[in-house]
Amino acid sequence: METTSDFLNIKDVNTAFKINGKYYDAISHINLTVHHDEILAIVGESGCGKSTLATTIMGLHDPSETKISGEIDFEGTNLLKLDEAGYNKFRGAKIGMIFQDPLSALNPLKRIEDQISEVMTYHTKLTAEQKHDRVLELLKEVGIVDPKRTAHQFPHQLSGGMRQRVIIAIAIACKPDLIIADEPTTALDVTIQAQILDVLRKIQSENHAGIILITHDLGVVAETADRVAVMYAGQIVEEGSVEQIFNTPKHPYTRSLLRSMPQRDNQNDDLYVIQGNVPSLQKMSKIGDRFAPRIPWVKPEEHEENPTMHEIEPGHEVRCTCYKNFSFPDQVGSVKA
Amino acid sequence: MWKTVLRRIMIMIPEVIILSLLVFLLAKAMPGDPFTGSINPKSDPAQLHHLMEMNGLYDPWYQQYWNWVVHLFHGNLGNSYQYQEPVTRLIGSRAVNTIWLALLTTVLTYCFALPMGMFAAKHEGKLPDNIVRIYTYVTYSIPFFVVLVIGIWIFGYVLGWFPTTGSVSATANPGLPTAGSHLYHILLPSILGALFGTVNVVQYLRSEVIDAKRSDYVRTARSKGVPEKDIYKHHIFRNSLLPIAAFAGYSITGLLNGSIFTETVFSYPGMGLLFINSINYRDYTVITALVLIYGILNLLGTLLSDIILSIVDPRIRIE
Repeated sequence: METTSDFLNIKDVNTAFKINGKYYDAISHINLTVHHDEILAIVGESGCGKSTLATTIMGLHDPSETKISGEIDFEGTNLLKLDEAGYNKFRGAKIGMIFQDPLSALNPLKRIEDQISEVMTYHTKLTAEQKHDRVLELLKEVGIVDPKRTAHQFPHQLSGGMRQRVIIAIAIACKPDLIIADEPTTALDVTIQAQILDVLRKIQSENHAGIILITHDLGVVAETADRVAVMYAGQIVEEGSVEQIFNTPKHPYTRSLLRSMPQRDNQNDDLYVIQGNVPSLQKMSKIGDRFAPRIPWVKPEEHEENPTMHEIEPGHEVRCTCYKNFSFPDQVGSVKA
Repeated sequence: MWKTVLRRIMIMIPEVIILSLLVFLLAKAMPGDPFTGSINPKSDPAQLHHLMEMNGLYDPWYQQYWNWVVHLFHGNLGNSYQYQEPVTRLIGSRAVNTIWLALLTTVLTYCFALPMGMFAAKHEGKLPDNIVRIYTYVTYSIPFFVVLVIGIWIFGYVLGWFPTTGSVSATANPGLPTAGSHLYHILLPSILGALFGTVNVVQYLRSEVIDAKRSDYVRTARSKGVPEKDIYKHHIFRNSLLPIAAFAGYSITGLLNGSIFTETVFSYPGMGLLFINSINYRDYTVITALVLIYGILNLLGTLLSDIILSIVDPRIRIE
């Protein structure tokens, strides 16, 4: 690693959506940093605000429907202060985004070549011929076997995996410093998943980019990421290196998540199930530990009144104090003793 | 592309055959015969019998159908009883008028509707959108013949800006003045038709643009850093036009059939007026011919729509 400087600093970011005239926080008080040459995974269940965080960084929210506060410091620029035109200098050029659903993320009426070269039209001064060469080069880079043919095709003529490769090619066309991959493998089958993750890793090591990998697949995280941030109900509840999170998880939510993963050495037929549901935006409590209702056996006094992040070892932070005495009900005896 | 078109035309052939069969059988099912009215009522029934036989009207129906089809291919649709003129010539002279009226109406409709739909969708939920919405609801809910009658009264009689009957002024000099007079005569019905026929196009386009605005591929374009103006130009507008293009073929032929109101109110000598008159006079040969033509026009409309769609949408081309 040659540069470890953090180039993306997210400070106290809140994104609130307007629902029936009132604003509700989808993500609150998010603090994160991303370094060069690193893959930061953001995990959490559906609706926890992972994708909202991604689209907030990209500035893809309709300003009349959302309220965003805080600071997103990207290479010395606060992105949240930019207007539309200012943002467009970053989007596509310095920040690339890979979307969740490759089937709908490409324009069905445009040839692949046009969709990839479009991003270069706005951020580079390449001639049409240079762009054409670069498109073929990119397609090759993301593992497309016959770039010439694919470049000339329409999205509906490609398979899901190929489309996802095309989307990656668009995201990396201008060699961005930051790549945000929002569940890049969710819509794909397992063999293609592995190939796509390989492509991502390769690109990262070549471009020294930082990657934010958003996923709910802990297997993908363990395999790819360097650091992990676990999100629950719009907050980060635990952050640390992959080893820290997987070997010594602290927060009850992280532990519940890991426990609900099927394991080969676990002969139990039943998987662990987290009780209850993620609260909807309108019903989210403003104070207290948001995860408390789902671990009802933990006494209220063990939670912090306003849970904050506590550093328990360098780089490993966890929200709330309830982790200290936490144990699962079926394991109470064994842990307490 | 051509493969798609060719395949589409091949599919049309059985459709046309079934259509012609239906039209022919319906015409046969109508009461009466073509001669009773046109010969001396005191003449010998045997003579009528002879005439029927001479004209092959006692032949089995498939034989008669075959003869009819052969005549059809020679452009012979029989004579009109009302006008004592070959049906082909009669319809031919009327069709030109109807086609011009339909074309101008179509062009004007899109001229009004496309900007309106785009404008409404761009300002979704705001004042311009509401104004356009109210406009389309109002124009949609007023019966068209009421619009025509009121229009002809205000602009034809009270203000006197436009002629109220016919397709051309009798005193116009041949050449350019005649063409101008033709245009002058179809201007008012076309404008009224366009102003009050926008609802389909406007609402389709509006909802398509609103869908496209929120679609994933537009989000991808935003994440590429494409300015909003170019997103509309390159991504939203073209994709939203697909259903409109698909609709265009139908709407053109729909206008050809649907000009009956307009032509009746404006006494405009087109196919619609001819159709109404023929029904009133029980002019069977003309009715049969017109029903057949309207049927074929509808088939052509779907063909046209499919061709337009295969040009603009790569997904339905056969490679």
